[in-house]
Amino acid sequence: MSAVLLARIQFALTIGFHFIFPPLTIGMSWLLFIMMNMYKRTGKAIYRTMTRFWLKLFAISFAIGVATGIVMEFQFGMNWSEYSRFVGDIFGAPLAAEALLAFFLESTFMGVMLFGWNRLSTRVMWFASLMVAVGSTLSAFWIIVANSWMQTPAGYHLNNGRAELTNFFHAVFNPSTLPRYLHTVDAAIMTGAFFMVGISAWFMLHKQHQEFTRRSMKLSLLVALLSTVLALPLGHLQAITVAKHQPEKLAAMEGLFESGPRAPLLVFGIPNPTAKKVHLAITLPGALSWIAFGDAEHYVKGLDAYPQSEWPPIFLTFFPFHIMVGLWSYLLALTLVGGTLYLLKRLESSAWFLNLALFSIPLPFIANELGWITAEVGRQPWIVYRLMKTRDAVSISVPAYQILFSIMVFTIVYTLLFALWIHLLRKKVRTGPEYGPDQKELEVKA
Amino acid sequence: MSFLQVMWFLLIGVLLTIYAILDGYDLGIGIWHLSTKKEKHRKTMLALLGPVWDGNEVWLLTGGGAIFAAFPEVYATVFSGFYLPLFIVIMALIARAVAIEFRNQHEHAVWRKVWDVAFASGSIVPSILFGVAVGNLMTGIPLDHAGTFIGSIFTLLNPYSLVIGLLSFAMFATHGAIYVAARTHDELKDKAIQWAKTSWFAYLNVFMVVTIYTMTSQPRLIDNYLRIPVLTGVPFLTFISLVAIYAFLKRRELTAAFITSAVTIAGIMAIFGVSMFPTIVQARDSGNSLTIYNASSSALTLQTMLILAILVVPVVIGYTLWSHRQFWRHSPDEGY
Repeated sequence: MSAVLLARIQFALTIGFHFIFPPLTIGMSWLLFIMMNMYKRTGKAIYRTMTRFWLKLFAISFAIGVATGIVMEFQFGMNWSEYSRFVGDIFGAPLAAEALLAFFLESTFMGVMLFGWNRLSTRVMWFASLMVAVGSTLSAFWIIVANSWMQTPAGYHLNNGRAELTNFFHAVFNPSTLPRYLHTVDAAIMTGAFFMVGISAWFMLHKQHQEFTRRSMKLSLLVALLSTVLALPLGHLQAITVAKHQPEKLAAMEGLFESGPRAPLLVFGIPNPTAKKVHLAITLPGALSWIAFGDAEHYVKGLDAYPQSEWPPIFLTFFPFHIMVGLWSYLLALTLVGGTLYLLKRLESSAWFLNLALFSIPLPFIANELGWITAEVGRQPWIVYRLMKTRDAVSISVPAYQILFSIMVFTIVYTLLFALWIHLLRKKVRTGPEYGPDQKELEVKA
Repeated sequence: MSFLQVMWFLLIGVLLTIYAILDGYDLGIGIWHLSTKKEKHRKTMLALLGPVWDGNEVWLLTGGGAIFAAFPEVYATVFSGFYLPLFIVIMALIARAVAIEFRNQHEHAVWRKVWDVAFASGSIVPSILFGVAVGNLMTGIPLDHAGTFIGSIFTLLNPYSLVIGLLSFAMFATHGAIYVAARTHDELKDKAIQWAKTSWFAYLNVFMVVTIYTMTSQPRLIDNYLRIPVLTGVPFLTFISLVAIYAFLKRRELTAAFITSAVTIAGIMAIFGVSMFPTIVQARDSGNSLTIYNASSSALTLQTMLILAILVVPVVIGYTLWSHRQFWRHSPDEGY
């Protein structure tokens, strides 16, 4: 296999694994802040118990996120040195800003949150939980700035054989930054909320820690509902950004081979890139034109408007996108049913729903991965859209066998880390929340 | 423009120095972790870095990001040229991070043993390899005219670089032992003072070997001192500071010993900076070396990021100090 292909496989593997964790911890950091805020406001010990329990699950996930995150920062130089030379003038800045503005906040106040109980005041702990949430949300901002610049480069000119900055503000707020940021953060909040809904459901099924569980479920179900509903307009905003700025990607996402007015939206279909058509297609004529451009008559460029050598891989763009949307629909239904059961006060007795919620924990994670695959594969064959091809970006001095070796080690180590993560999460959940000396009555009931 | 390039050379030096001082004691604690068999001691030593190691490691990420942003050619050349050693460093840092967080999650003896070994090796390996990497930047690596590394892994394992690896190892070992001694009591404190004294002897000896080795075999690295003789004060003061560590250790003035150790680390980083300036990566064929002038980003990027750094770094230092004080005040024996 060529070094380029191996470097791509390694990048996909390491980012794919890393990306399990940040969305979860970004989402959970805000839920933790809400719990901490309730504790500060009401002084009720149950909120402290909640914060400390969910904090434990958060900390395990955060640790793996940190450990696998170092890889990402090093990897641009290690495997993609030609890319790094070409974009360093622009791309390095958001990475440095991420460390300066976000990682320090997150990690320092994470230490305070984990080790500050019993020695720091509630107000300081509240502030620390806010800083962890702000820090992790800011880190998402800077990394999405960096990635969005690869999707829709702006604020640069080509000089000295590389992209050089001409306007920092335009580079940071390039056309896709904000839509992609909002979409990603909302997905992160969904991930955290469904994680908490699912684990609360497990406690409900086992009728354990009822006071703790009811409050956790109420909070997380509400957040899950709001963030899932919000994903519709935010996802739409991103889709119209793609339609406007990366039309080949939109065409691949939608399996649109032919340009034309009244572009159809596929309800179902299997694209065939060789025959350049969609099999078993069920379409809504004009719906794609209308969704993407607000006008059913709008002319939409299909893949035929571009040379085939510049098409993204169709399957790996089309299916991840559609499965992601499918998962979203399911999660929306889940929260609506859950919300209804809650209002009818039948949530705790509906074992079927609780089981469903428990087994749905992985789905937002999968949707996150699929969304990223759509975004990244849909940009191919470019590493920087219309500026640099992926095949020209790889390190010259790194031989293929070394990348193969590191892929093998990464695979083993990451498999172990994943098993360890699941094992420790299960252990923490089985141990359950812990109560302070001021909550004797809850401990007995639990 | 050259003002900005010099500023970034200094700033990256500052970032990496802070990293070496802060994560240096984490690495040092890891180096000694297996030197005590007592569960209580191991737990206490881990508890010392529990709240702070992650923040300390961010200085490395910041340094890496800053090199990418300010000197992308250096980032691209070094990170791809040192592929395997860096991969090993990454694996070690992953092992260390996970070991610190997961070791105490189970009582099981085998579980703990595995993580103890992971923690120790995850600290020892980077402690040496960081030095080896720096040694290579100093002594020179084979680069072509485009700045691409054209050597192999064996090119990197040259005697000079390995000696620098020993220096960084001894430096972190001493620093970590002093940190443990300063923050613990009784038996562990005595033990850690003994560790610190042992590694200090190695530290002093390797420091002198490196000095002589450099003066005799790396003439290019002493150019700046010959040109501006007052700069010889930097290695001279560093040497004094290194000797003073022992004096404080002997009198059991451990906070002073720790501060002196931190100053010595800063001194060693400064020696490195003075010897190299304005080169960042020495090439075997000097014409291909990467310097602050031929490897930097554009003036606009350097200027924008400098403003950001000037605004943000003091705030970061402020709350980092605050957090360290919160935890320094409490002995880890009180339990976390």
